[in-house]
Amino acid sequence: MSAAMDTESTYSGYSHYSGHSKKAHRQGRDRHKSPRSKDGSRSEKSVTIQTPPAEPLLGNDASQAEEGQDDNWGETTTAITGTSEHSISQEDIARISKDLEDSVGLDCKRYLGLTVAAVLGLLVFLTPIAFILLPQILWRDDLEPCGTVCEGLFISVAFKLLILLIGTWALFFRQPKADLPRVFVFRALLLVLIFLFVFSYWLFYGVRILDSKDTNYQGIVQYAVSLVDALLFIHYLAIVLLELRQLQPMFTVKVVRSTDGESRYYSLGHLSIQRAALVVLENYYRDFTVYNPALLTASKSRAAKHMAGLKVYNVDGPGNNASGQSRAMIAAAARRRDSSHNELYYEEADHERRVKKRRARLVVAVEEAFTHIKRLQAEEQQKAPGEMMDPREAAQAIFPSMARALQKYLRTTRQQQYHSMESILQHLSFCITNNMTPKAFLERYLNPGPTLQYDRDRWFSKQWTLVSEEAVTSGLQDGIVFVLKCLDFSLVVNVKKIPFIKLSEEFIDPKSHKFVLRLQSETSV
Amino acid sequence: PSHHNTEYFLSLQQRIEIHKLRQGDNLILGFSIGGGIDQDPTQNPFSEDKTDKGIYVTRVTEGGPAEVAGLQIGDKIMQVNGWDMTMVTHDQARKRLTKRNEEVVRLLVTRQSLQKAVQQSMMS
Repeated sequence: MSAAMDTESTYSGYSHYSGHSKKAHRQGRDRHKSPRSKDGSRSEKSVTIQTPPAEPLLGNDASQAEEGQDDNWGETTTAITGTSEHSISQEDIARISKDLEDSVGLDCKRYLGLTVAAVLGLLVFLTPIAFILLPQILWRDDLEPCGTVCEGLFISVAFKLLILLIGTWALFFRQPKADLPRVFVFRALLLVLIFLFVFSYWLFYGVRILDSKDTNYQGIVQYAVSLVDALLFIHYLAIVLLELRQLQPMFTVKVVRSTDGESRYYSLGHLSIQRAALVVLENYYRDFTVYNPALLTASKSRAAKHMAGLKVYNVDGPGNNASGQSRAMIAAAARRRDSSHNELYYEEADHERRVKKRRARLVVAVEEAFTHIKRLQAEEQQKAPGEMMDPREAAQAIFPSMARALQKYLRTTRQQQYHSMESILQHLSFCITNNMTPKAFLERYLNPGPTLQYDRDRWFSKQWTLVSEEAVTSGLQDGIVFVLKCLDFSLVVNVKKIPFIKLSEEFIDPKSHKFVLRLQSETSV
Repeated sequence: PSHHNTEYFLSLQQRIEIHKLRQGDNLILGFSIGGGIDQDPTQNPFSEDKTDKGIYVTRVTEGGPAEVAGLQIGDKIMQVNGWDMTMVTHDQARKRLTKRNEEVVRLLVTRQSLQKAVQQSMMS
């Protein structure tokens, strides 16, 4: 029987490699293995987990473990829990299944909108050309000759159409950075406006010019030019609505992460809620420190202890006084003299001391390691060709002396999953190549950085959902709250309007700055 | 008793006669003054009202003529030989006290301890 695992996932890929690194040092070989590969062949005990879509989750694992399986494998296979190297928790399963679902495709909605807009754009683009060419094709002989004026108008139409083409591409058809839930209201309105506009032009053209076979060619060309001018003005309107209106800051937005309370403030202009969410998310990856679930275990265990404190037993039979019961429990818990605050204080002080100590050891070890390397200048490179190494080899040479201190530090600050040995070696050779000091090398490990700094696999936050009480295409207003949820945490966004600032002026004459001494003499008589 | 700056204070005054001591070429009185209308009254530690720009005794030399005559630190000098000292500059005050041809100066001083003593006796 297969079972889903509830054990905490420990991607301690780095610790798995500490032994390897020592061996490598001794034997002079190195192994370039990514610890992130869910390679079933490395784990001695493999686990197959059944999820609702009824397909094996670890696809590559299953293919290797399933030699000689029969149709009754569901009943006859035993699952080994908790002892394999790659254990997966309930959250990971949900995350992986969600990834599978969503990647298949809500893209058709986006492509539909894009094709409609492209078709419309093409029609609109070809309309002035059609206006000019149709009389030439249909009743060429009757047309009045039109000299330099028309040629000037042709050139201006050509250039204006070129500008329109580039402008429209720049505004509407560039690669979108993100996939938003609802259609852009302003874009849709603009498309409708353009459609109506061009439609009315065609109507007039059809009635006044095609039917009556107007011979005044200059007038026809001017009609086409007026259409292009009006389209340029609509394009200008589009620029103002879609780009300029959002530039001036009108709202201040506070973003708080639900798990640890880290917060930031941003300034936004007039945006719809979905676009504001997009801006917040783009800044989230740069400004917020990476989400580390290992840091939350302490508060979770404290919460569990609080809950386990009191138990309520119903002695008098089935009572339905549930609210009274819970209130009694809370009151009793409050009265109980517990010393958990004491524990917390000493634990935190102890942890801080330990971190500082390990940090000191790490800094010393890295500084010492860096002194073993010297950069060879160009002349020296020819003179001493003996032991020359490229940055990668140099990094591998000094890495073992600091590996242990670094590993211990990362363990203490619970960051060990974010840095694999390979990434550390890469960073080390990068720093060596760019003449960085030990402190610059350590900057990445001493402080948790923004999410962008780390490997995509460790992000915990790739699929976002916008939860909002107002329609997501409505604009931002003062007091709106919306939530950006991903699987493990959420960002709560609170919108506040920037206050109206009344600024008045006061003129100070530069000559009016006068001073007097504050004296305090004492004279003896 | 005459009225002081505000009507809440009783002002009790004491007359003190100091005989100057000759030290070499100078006649000294044996105390130091602070205050004056050109000085900063907020830095006066002895005045009760910090806008009082009067002349105050800031130090009294031990065994000097001023101490012998009964002058105390913190006294406010109201008059010197009949000359008013409540609205003078610091330098004018110094000059009035150190006139070379005077051997005796008669000061009219007021003192907070006097006021407090009177207030206490009035209240009891």
